[in-house]
Parts: sequence; C-alpha cells; structure tokens
Amino acid sequence: MLKNVFKRLCHVWHLIRRLSGDDAYEQYLRHHLAFHANTLDAPPLLSRKEFYKLWQDNKWQGIKRCC
Amino acid sequence: MAWHKKAGWSLVALLGAFALAGIALHRGESINALWLITAAVCIYAIAYRFYAAWIAAKVLTVDATRATPAERLDNGRDFMPTNKWVVFGHHFAAIAGPGPLVGPTLAAQFGYLPGTMWILIGAVLGGAVQDMVTLFFSMRRNGRSLGQMARDEIGAIGGTAALIGTFMIMIILIAVLGLVVVNAMKHSPWATSTVAATIPIAMLVGVYMRNLRPGRVLEASLLGLVLLLLSVFLGGWIDHQEGLRSLFDHDGLPLAYAVIAYGFAAAVLPVWLLLAPRDYLSTFVKLGTVFLLAIAILLLRPQIHMPAVTQFVDGTGPIFGGKLFPFVFITIACGAISGFHALISSGTTPKLLANERDIRMIGYGGMLLESFVAMMAMIAATVLEPGIYFAINSPPGVVGKEAVDAIAKINSWGFVVTVEQMQQLASDMGEQSLFARIGGAPSLAVGMASIFGTAFGKGMLAIWYHFAIMFEAIFILTTLDAGTRVGRFMLQDLLGNFNKTLGETSYTPSVIFTSAIVVASWGYFLYIGVIDPNGGVNILWPLFGIANQMLAAIALSVATGILVKSNKLRYAWVTGLPLLWLVTITTTAAFQKIFSDDVRIGFFAAANDLSAKLATDGLTADKAAVAPQLIFNQHLDAYLTLFFVVVLWVVVLDMFRVSLRALTGKPVLKLSETPHESSRLVEGWVRD
Repeated sequence: MLKNVFKRLCHVWHLIRRLSGDDAYEQYLRHHLAFHANTLDAPPLLSRKEFYKLWQDNKWQGIKRCC
Repeated sequence: MAWHKKAGWSLVALLGAFALAGIALHRGESINALWLITAAVCIYAIAYRFYAAWIAAKVLTVDATRATPAERLDNGRDFMPTNKWVVFGHHFAAIAGPGPLVGPTLAAQFGYLPGTMWILIGAVLGGAVQDMVTLFFSMRRNGRSLGQMARDEIGAIGGTAALIGTFMIMIILIAVLGLVVVNAMKHSPWATSTVAATIPIAMLVGVYMRNLRPGRVLEASLLGLVLLLLSVFLGGWIDHQEGLRSLFDHDGLPLAYAVIAYGFAAAVLPVWLLLAPRDYLSTFVKLGTVFLLAIAILLLRPQIHMPAVTQFVDGTGPIFGGKLFPFVFITIACGAISGFHALISSGTTPKLLANERDIRMIGYGGMLLESFVAMMAMIAATVLEPGIYFAINSPPGVVGKEAVDAIAKINSWGFVVTVEQMQQLASDMGEQSLFARIGGAPSLAVGMASIFGTAFGKGMLAIWYHFAIMFEAIFILTTLDAGTRVGRFMLQDLLGNFNKTLGETSYTPSVIFTSAIVVASWGYFLYIGVIDPNGGVNILWPLFGIANQMLAAIALSVATGILVKSNKLRYAWVTGLPLLWLVTITTTAAFQKIFSDDVRIGFFAAANDLSAKLATDGLTADKAAVAPQLIFNQHLDAYLTLFFVVVLWVVVLDMFRVSLRALTGKPVLKLSETPHESSRLVEGWVRD
C-alpha cells in the first residue's frame, strides 16, 4: 500500500520534472547515447551549461505563449 | 456501451441540463456560483465524451497505429514522443494567458448569463473543435504552422493573410495587455513596487539557472516563487513608508513609458536572463492561483450578485459601447474561441504527440480547461455587488471624474453603491481609490481577494488583492515579452527577404531595429489608450477581439477546406458552422465599429464628434490638447478594422472557391498530408 503511494508520488515528481524541463539534460544524454553513441559523425556531447543555453534559445523560437 | 455507463452519462446530461435551465430561468436576487460550475462541468464532460470522441473517430478518423511526426522525426529536441500529460501541461500553459480573465470580466457588464452561455457553448462547439482539428491537421503535416497549411491547402492568399493577421493581433494584444497592467498600477505604490520587483526576481532566477546551477529549473523556480510572495509583502511595507511610496506613485503615462522601455529591454536581452525565468514563475503562479481559486469557489460556493441580464444589452454599457449581439462574442474571445490557439496547435504541440489519439485530450480538453478558467473569472467578477463592479470598471469619461458624480450616475442605473462603501473597500484592499480602475484586472483582483479572503482568512484582504494583481501582472508581462520577441522574429523573417543581414536573428543592429519597430507599434496604441479619457480599453479590446476571431475564422477555413478536399463534405459543418458564426459576428461587429452613428461604437462617428467639439471650443484645455491624436487614432482604428474584415472575407471566399473546385472535380492543390507509416511504439509502451 505504502509502496504504491510512494510509486505514485515518484511518477508525479517525474512528470513535474519532465514538464518543467528540469530533466531536459538527462533526457538529452539519453538521446545522445541512443542515437549518437556509436556513430562516427556524432555531434560533440554538450556540457549541462552549454545544453541549457541552447535548449532555452531553441524553446523561445516561434510562438510559445498566447493570449 | 454498458448499461451502467449509459445510466451514468444520462445522469450527467440530466444534471447539466437542470443546472443550465436553473441559470437561464433564474430571476431572483442572486444565484449560487455552484450552478455555473455544475453546468460547466457537466457540459464539458458530455462534450468531451461524445462530441470530441465522435469528431476524432468519424470526422478526422484518428488512427492510433499511425506513426506521429514526433516518432518519425524524433530529434530529441522539438520532435520527441512525449507523455500526454506532459504535452497537455505544455499546451495548456501556452494557450492560457490573461485573455480568459480579462474578457469575461469586461463582458459581465451585460450580466452573468450572456457571457456564461457563450463561454460554454462557444468552447464546446467552436474553440475546442478549432484547437483539436488544427492540432490534428498540423500533426498529419509534420507539425506545419497555420500559415503554411493555409498556403499548401488553399493558396498563397490564405497563407499571407494568416501571417499578417498574426502580426497585427500581436501588436493589438500587447498594447491592450500593457494598458491593463498600467491601469492596475496607476497611483498604487503597492501594486507598482510589487510588479517592479518581479523584474529583478526573474533576472536573479535567470542567473541562477544559467550560471549558479545550470538547468536546475525547479529549485530556481521555487526560490523565485518565495521571493515573489515576499515582494507582495514588501510592496505593503513600501506603501506605508512616506519617503518610498512616492517613488512608486505615478500617473498612467510615466507607467506606460516604463512598460514600453521594459518591453524593448525584454525583447533585446537574452532569453535566459528575463523571458525564460519569468515564464517559469508566471506558469507556476498561474497554475497555482487558478487551482486555489477553483478550491476556494468550491469551498465557499459564493452568491452571484450581478443580475442575469442588465439593461446594458441595449448597447449603452459604460465599460464598452455596443449591443449584446455581436459584442459579447467579440469581448469574450479567449475562453470561448480564440484564433491564437491555432498557432500553438500548429506549433510546438503537434511535434510532441506520441499517439494520434492524444489530440482529443490535448486539443479539445486543453481548451475546455481554459474555458473553465474563463468561467471562474466570470464568477469572480459577478460575485461583486454590481454597484461596486461598475464603480471600479467605468471610465471617468462616462461616469465623471469625481467620486460623487460617479456614484450618482451608477445609482441612476439602479445599482446601489455609496462613496463610503467604495472608500471602505479601497482601504480594505490597501488602495487609495478603486474608482475608474478600468481594464478588468483590479475588479478581478477585488473579486478574487474577497473569495480568497472569505475562504482562507479575511484579515489579509489587502495582501490577497495585491497577490492577485501580481498574479495578473506577471503573466501579462510574460505575454508582452514573448509577443514582442515573436513580432521581432516575424519582422526579421520578412525583412530577410529584402536584405539578408536584417534577417539574421543574432545580428545586433537588426535585433535592435526590429525590436524598436515592434515596441513602437504596440507602444503607440498603449500611449493612445492611456491618454484617452474613455480609458482606451473600450477601443482596444473590441479591436483585439475582432482580430482574434478573424484568425479563428482563418483556422476554421483551412480546416473546412481540408475536410471538403478529403471527400468529407458531410462532416464539413463541424468546422463550417462555427466558421459561419464567426464570420457573422466579426463582420457585424466590424461594420458597427466602422459605420455606427453612436459615438461610443463607431470610430468615424467618435472622430467626427470630437472634431466638431474641437472646432466649436466645446472641450476643456486638457482634452483639446490630446483631441487631434485621438481623432487620428479613431481613423486608424477604423481602417484597421476594415482591413481585418477584408482579410477575413478574402480567406473565406478563397476557401469557398477551392472547395467548389474540389466538389466539381476541377484540379486543386493536392492534400499535403504525409503518407501513412505504422507506429513502432507498440501498445503498452510507456510514453515518456
């Protein structure tokens, strides 16, 4: 029972992190590992700071907020 | 469907019909807000379960086994299969701005009934349908934007119209939102200092996320939220310090200049420093406050004191002129149907969907939630005594500058309120005066403060009031930042066709030049709004409404055109009927705004009236000084309205032309849908 509640809370926390972009870097690392780890032309792995800058700039291109 | 499910849904339908009939037929002193909430929830549930499901299955023929662009084009950045709740959160945060709060507050001048009915019916049959079908069609086209879809499916005219329309709406929207903030801060040191404090707080959060602890969004946001709450208390402290309060006690004009300067800075500064952190804070504050308001309304079940329908349906309303038809439908755009959403539904969201099925929850459900926010704003505005509501929202140009005159005028309409009552209310809210605080934000804040105060502690009314002002201001300013930046990108994109360097988004002279043009454009309308003795909102808000509904009509035209071209003529009414309604209200409203003889409605009538008064010395010196600018602006607004309505008709007629050609077997642009590809994301796969 308690274990179930804990699992649920973990899931919600996971969603909040995903929603806010708190885990964006971890996600990027996973993506990099999955798609570029063994390729010759792999783009260089970005540091957390470099990634964050790029991610922010990318996020705010185009219409992201409305009335 | 199993019998118990049938019985359950019948019960929901019955309860909804009962609540709706209760609202519509009730003619007593006051009605409980729970009736509105019940009607809304039941109608949303029925519409979502049946209408949205039917549209998804029959009209759009959603295919859960088909790979979405997020799966096919996954690049770990903008295209990425994402958990549907996460997409829902992103989508809702993007579509829900200050619009659904301001519109219903202004439309409450007609009584609670017209606005409420439009919010409910407009959302389930219009807004939510528009959002869902646009999301679907964009998803089937690799996440193409509305403008691109219009170009691909109808022709170049539609695409260009969507582009110009978007830019114009942005300008008007930012101006009117800026005006709302300025009016909330006018001669309120508490509100001004709190709103001002949000800027360094956002920057601090930005530096934290960028340099101190890169990418730690949640802990930085938490820090910012604590500081924001402190800033509300700090504002109260400043308000009591003789020396300090004068620093933040200003007229509308200097505050407007400050907002303009801020807008320019926000568009030029790097995203991470101001825009991104402010957006985090505003999203958290927005979601938290809306949730808190819903809880408070459920706990408190407040009585609504506004009559169901007021005498102002005849067009003589003090907040804005014009009859119930068409102006209630123009005033409440966001919350019922908002064309702007089509830009989000054809922007980020379609690139994140992991499964086609998710469009119902995200497109249709997201809009229903926004509609619910509009409903809460309507409740917060109408729980106020109508006398108080009109005293706060009526401009001095209509009721007079002096408190005694305003009260006499409002009493003459049959709404009871006294000068003492208004003074007491102002002092409870920690303000000097609440007369003529137009724009909707202060009256919404008073409504929210009285709901929060009763539910969570009455002693803190002033704190709640300024918390509510901060809540409105912070995401209005986010829309202002983001909108100015988008305007700048669009302009750079356009100029890039003529001069390559001007099109580079990182070329500083171009950034400064284009930002200045965008800021000057909305700054002009903001300036005129501030110097207008009738408050400006009465001009700008309908203009925004017309523009926004025009964009919705473009989106629905594209959708209807695609349905006809896909041999789904028998279902074309799903988007065709809301389109017909939008064309009717937008055209009627535009016609009246241009040609009406009533000086409070017609732009030309108002300009001519002012010219005549100016010529015969019928104006006081201060009014005469600004009259030429106001006259020029009224002409400009008239031509702008004309432009909107012409664009609207061009797109609609073009859609008709294409549809007719398709129906008669003549060649048309081919459907630009991407071919079917089966999804590799098998059933049961955890989508995140």
